[in-house]
Amino acid sequence: DIRLLCACTCLGGDERRVDSRTIYVGHRSGSPNEAIIPPKFCDNRIVSSKYTVWNFLPKNLFEQFRRIANFYFLIIFLVQVRTVDTPTSPVTSGLPLFFVITVTAIKQGYEDWLRHKADNEVNKYPVTVLEDGRRIRKESEKIKVGDVVEVEEDETFPCDLILLQSSRDDDTCFVTTASLDGESNHKVRCTALLDLESLNATIECEQPQPDLYKFVGRMHIYTNNQEPAVRSLGPENLLLKGATLKNTQKICGVAVYTGMETKMALNYQGKSQKRSAVEKSINAFLLVYLCILVSKALVCTTLKYVWQSKPGQDEPWYNEKTQREKDTNLVSMFTDFLSFMVLFNFIIPVSMYVTVEMQKFLGSFFITWDKDFFDPEIKEGALVNTSDLNEELGQVEYVFTDKTGTLTQNNMEFIECCIDGFQYKYRDASSELDGFCVTDGPVNKLQQKAGREREELFLRALCLCHTVQVKESTEQKVVPPPEEQRGFIASSPDEVALVKGAMRYGFTFLGLESKTMKILNRNNDVEMYELLHVLNFDPVRRRMSVIVRSRSGDTLLFCKGADSSIFPRVRQEEVERIRMHVERNATEGYRTLCVAYKHLSAEEYAQADKGLREARLALQDREEKLMAVYNQVETGMSLIGATAVEDRLQEEAAETMEALQGAGIKIWVLTGDKMETAKSTCYACRLFQRNTELLELTVRTLEDGGRRREERLHELLIEYHKKAVLNLNLFLCSCCRSWSSANQDYGFIIDGATLSMVLNTSSESNSSRYKNLFLQICQNCTTVLCCRMAPLQKAQIVKMVKNSKGSPITLSIGDGANDVSMILEAHVGIGIKGKEGRQAVRNSDYAIPKLKHLKKLLLAHGHLYYVRIAHLVQYFFYKNLCFILPQFLYQFFCGYSQQPLYDAAYLTMYNICFTSMPILAYSLLEQHICIEILLDNATLYREIAKNAMLRWGPFLYWTLLGVFHGLLFFFGVRYLFSNPALQDNGQVFGNWSYGTIVFTVLVFTVTLKLALDTRHWTWINHFVIWGSLAFYVFFSFFWGGIIWPFLRQQRLYFVFANMLSSVSAWLVIILLILLSLLPEILLVVFRKPRGPHARQVELKHTYTA
Amino acid sequence: MVKQEKASANRPDNTAFTQQRLPAWQPMLSAGIVIPGFVLIGLAFIGIGVALFVTSRGIQVLEIDYTGVEQNSPCFPCTDQNRKNCVCDVNFSIDTLFQGPVFFYYGLSNYFQNYRKYGVSKDDYQLSGDLSYFKAPSSTCSPYEYDKNNKPIVPCGSVANSMFNDTFKLFQIVNGAKKQVSLDGKGIAWWTDYNIKYRNPSVTPLKNAFNGTVKPLFWSKPAYELDLSDPANNGFINQDFLVWMRRAALPNFRKLYRRITDGDYAQGLPAGNYTLEVSYNYPVLSFGGRKKVVFSNVSWMGGKNEFLGIAYLVIGSMCVFMSIVMLIVYAKFKFPEED
Repeated sequence: DIRLLCACTCLGGDERRVDSRTIYVGHRSGSPNEAIIPPKFCDNRIVSSKYTVWNFLPKNLFEQFRRIANFYFLIIFLVQVRTVDTPTSPVTSGLPLFFVITVTAIKQGYEDWLRHKADNEVNKYPVTVLEDGRRIRKESEKIKVGDVVEVEEDETFPCDLILLQSSRDDDTCFVTTASLDGESNHKVRCTALLDLESLNATIECEQPQPDLYKFVGRMHIYTNNQEPAVRSLGPENLLLKGATLKNTQKICGVAVYTGMETKMALNYQGKSQKRSAVEKSINAFLLVYLCILVSKALVCTTLKYVWQSKPGQDEPWYNEKTQREKDTNLVSMFTDFLSFMVLFNFIIPVSMYVTVEMQKFLGSFFITWDKDFFDPEIKEGALVNTSDLNEELGQVEYVFTDKTGTLTQNNMEFIECCIDGFQYKYRDASSELDGFCVTDGPVNKLQQKAGREREELFLRALCLCHTVQVKESTEQKVVPPPEEQRGFIASSPDEVALVKGAMRYGFTFLGLESKTMKILNRNNDVEMYELLHVLNFDPVRRRMSVIVRSRSGDTLLFCKGADSSIFPRVRQEEVERIRMHVERNATEGYRTLCVAYKHLSAEEYAQADKGLREARLALQDREEKLMAVYNQVETGMSLIGATAVEDRLQEEAAETMEALQGAGIKIWVLTGDKMETAKSTCYACRLFQRNTELLELTVRTLEDGGRRREERLHELLIEYHKKAVLNLNLFLCSCCRSWSSANQDYGFIIDGATLSMVLNTSSESNSSRYKNLFLQICQNCTTVLCCRMAPLQKAQIVKMVKNSKGSPITLSIGDGANDVSMILEAHVGIGIKGKEGRQAVRNSDYAIPKLKHLKKLLLAHGHLYYVRIAHLVQYFFYKNLCFILPQFLYQFFCGYSQQPLYDAAYLTMYNICFTSMPILAYSLLEQHICIEILLDNATLYREIAKNAMLRWGPFLYWTLLGVFHGLLFFFGVRYLFSNPALQDNGQVFGNWSYGTIVFTVLVFTVTLKLALDTRHWTWINHFVIWGSLAFYVFFSFFWGGIIWPFLRQQRLYFVFANMLSSVSAWLVIILLILLSLLPEILLVVFRKPRGPHARQVELKHTYTA
Repeated sequence: MVKQEKASANRPDNTAFTQQRLPAWQPMLSAGIVIPGFVLIGLAFIGIGVALFVTSRGIQVLEIDYTGVEQNSPCFPCTDQNRKNCVCDVNFSIDTLFQGPVFFYYGLSNYFQNYRKYGVSKDDYQLSGDLSYFKAPSSTCSPYEYDKNNKPIVPCGSVANSMFNDTFKLFQIVNGAKKQVSLDGKGIAWWTDYNIKYRNPSVTPLKNAFNGTVKPLFWSKPAYELDLSDPANNGFINQDFLVWMRRAALPNFRKLYRRITDGDYAQGLPAGNYTLEVSYNYPVLSFGGRKKVVFSNVSWMGGKNEFLGIAYLVIGSMCVFMSIVMLIVYAKFKFPEED
């Protein structure tokens, strides 16, 4: 781990060099008198595969045997191999283990092979490297740090490069990082220097780190023994591996990070493994069964020695011990114990893990295949990044959703603006359809107009203060394309909406060419501005600025940002005029931005310029230094106006939210947006109803009353707690008597600042108390809205809920990079394939095109997956318990001699052939309630909430059922065998007949039990269930019909056929199967009127009526 | 996989399988099905139960314990370990005709033929007539692999060694004279055991195959001389041997000894007094076992077994009872009707 290494060296070393690396461009030494000590960096090979051909076997086996169940079976197997005297041959438990291990190894090997293929495609890609002026073709994996690499248009960069030279005139190149973060816009990258021939330079840059948008470094350029020139390098100079060169013929760059140290490679590492609650249940059940196993073995061992101590029972004359047995008398107790363990080890379902894994792997295809998840707009369906969490989708209790892009479309439309307190609203019938229309230019007058000068200043600000690019057509046209077709590309859709809005009022942004921004003003004149600095947007500052110089030589700073970040930085008298508009717009659900400007005098600019350049050159704490300069520059501005942009709700957002709430899921909206906007979205999504009482805990409510914030916080928390928690409890008491009384819904609103106060109170004692109060309030509210959240706060909230009492299952859904932290934190992370790039999708467990798909994903897929896998797990334990219980009981009748009841073939085949396929088919295809009904009745989701089918109650039921069946099988046959003359020719049956009858009853009963539970019989179910029963019969005939030359004992020779020739055997088999299943049938019938099936019937009736 | 990914990149296949819309039969266990079903099953079970019960009742069984534990029992003298070739006579009488064909079983109790180590102590290769295993029996036969002189034992192993060797002769007392009842020793073992699974080596005379081997330690006669009257009933396909080699499932078991199928007694044993002449060889007292002989006739369901009939009757009536209960419950509470 490079970062770890880096951190270690930071701690240990005193030199700054360990934090940075020095690269000799083209492997030429920096200054002539200094010899190069070529530093060692890793090569440019990407290795995402886990195994090689050589280490696959040992490494994969090691990984597999780290699983507790596999390891257990290995131990059992070794015990059987080592001890000569075991009841069953090593093959009986070795074969299933081998099967399980092989299936898993094949699956993992296949996945690794795919990774190898992908790696090779990247690593063997031919690239051009410039060495001493010659162009050399190389394989991509041979690139070393310091090589100068040439890349042509539409090629992807083979490693992280610093751009040195571009074929474009303006020393820039365009790249698209679609494969890295999904942003398909063209980004500009600037060259670091021009002269490549006599190049002699070193680059000093930070050690590799995974953040795609951060890079600091500097370049020392040596020319003819002069003092080396220094240039700062930032992300704008860095070309990332995986990005593609666009709109540029070719570029040259020097490799700075290669192979596994590239930002792309660093980003694909270290995604933590999420485990589902079902897996935890399985492990708990496994422990119980291990205890049962051990106690069975202990009981048998003890009883064996008690029995043997009776005179005559140990070593009767007909069964003398061998000499070896007599010698090893001392350890015999222990070997007996082990033998019993071996005999009963089948109680641990060896094939369960592999079945569960196959179920998850195959089952997840149903999500990708679902055509309801297909979105014709982006031409993509759902994506499953991990299949381990399928069933967790049926267990969600909390949904944390992002607002922008998730609840809303992130499809911005300029609605209105306000200049100097005057409202400008654009009304045009066609604008509703197209979004904008420029034919009728001037700003509509509503009541009064601000001065023309102010108007134009405002519109210029909108045109200049952004990072939007104009989409270039491939042929360089002199005449600008018609405005309607003009395409803008930006990382944030707000900016496009603003630029388009300005265009509607007559100011058109024409583009940015070599640091010059061109705009077309109302008089169709082209205005040129020199772009001096861009003070980038960041979520902490919540604003961005540009510094431009107009033709007339004025230096202007335009700033736009959230009201809260702009208002403190402008003159207060201006604020009041605009604040009203901003707040009204916000309550209407629009996104508002304020626009401010400032004249910079020459001195002021010089100072700012110096500060910015210095900060950008800094290798250490560049971010902090830049921030400080930004804050310093963005002061004393004057407010011009505000804009309102509408963000439409996603399709069916309200319906989806309503359905989720109906399913008992609590929805928390976590957004970085303003409270008013977020609140209006919540109302629009019906998360807040009209009768919902809102409990607000925001900076504003804290500042009411003019007391200290901490006191007020305390007071409010107590008050809300009383309201939401205590009242609810009261209500719960009374509700038994009068359910009809209106249930007061509460909604809770908190903002980021207050949240951090709640979570990080100064006094320790209050901290945990506040947190508890806060949690309790939230848990009693139907909806919680957290606004003004930083990405990390989102994760913090998810973590807090996740770790709260009862550890509820959480789901986070979001579409942007700011949601990644909460997507990773929650039990299930859902990414929306939205407009804000692909980072959320890449880090998610499941990705869906639209929010509305969440409903089906949870209510239908999640519900079904959970029911399927829960049934699978319970059934597996059950079928192995009633498999091995008769064998245990048989010990009481065979002198505790570890005599197996079943033949070795049956022991081996039971789990892998006779009973495995029906349950697999069931666990893939079962729909105990059909999908439409699940979707229409969200309340059905509540029935499986809190791991309902895998709690100790159901587990006990299944275990008791297994015990009941096991007892029935054994004793039923036992009483039949009180007279073993079961054939009409008077011949008698022996012990293998006994075992075969029990086994036949067993196989039929467990299969029919599953058939009884199957509510959805497709042809596959029929085929598999009847097929495996037929296979059992066929196999038994076959196995008993031939003298097998490789077998030492022909135990089952004609046993099965003889069994079938006995009427009594038939009758007992039928009797026992029926008797085992009767209670089940009765239970189903009696429980029916309350179960979901009844509701299904009722619903069917209401539909038909 | 790759194909699937391609498919998912575009529009997913709209097939019934991928959309989880395969046509399916959705059975509903409703009262309308279950109540008549239960009645039907119940009636069928009661029918079978009655048939089984009546049949089982019709089977005559006569069990005689001849272990000789009690002082006054006829075989008590033979329990003395030191007596060789002890013969004792067990007298019994039959009141009514014992319907033929009569099957003659011997039974052992507290005898663990299903003991694991006992059970594996045999060599199936040897028993299938493979001569190489005559020279070197499988090690599983231990401790009856070789005798003290290191000669291989054939047939080796505990199971063969402990073969039941009491023999019986049955006489009817007709006017004070003993009239021997002929016992048929054919067809008492499984056909497949006799004809396929166990084979003698194809050496004639059979005796030569056993050169260089010794008989099991417990045996008084070598394997090739088990039945002097019938040369085809010797070696590993001796029927008594085969019956013994099929291990019993439970510690109290019976095994078929003879059938009374021909001669005067083919129709059964008439009422009267009988004497069973037991040549008492098999020691069971050391481990607390008992020996008995059982005369029984059989029916289509095999030997007498009350359990099956009673179980069928009980389950059958339970089904009927439950259906009545269900009917009452459903009638009373008027659950939503179903069709």
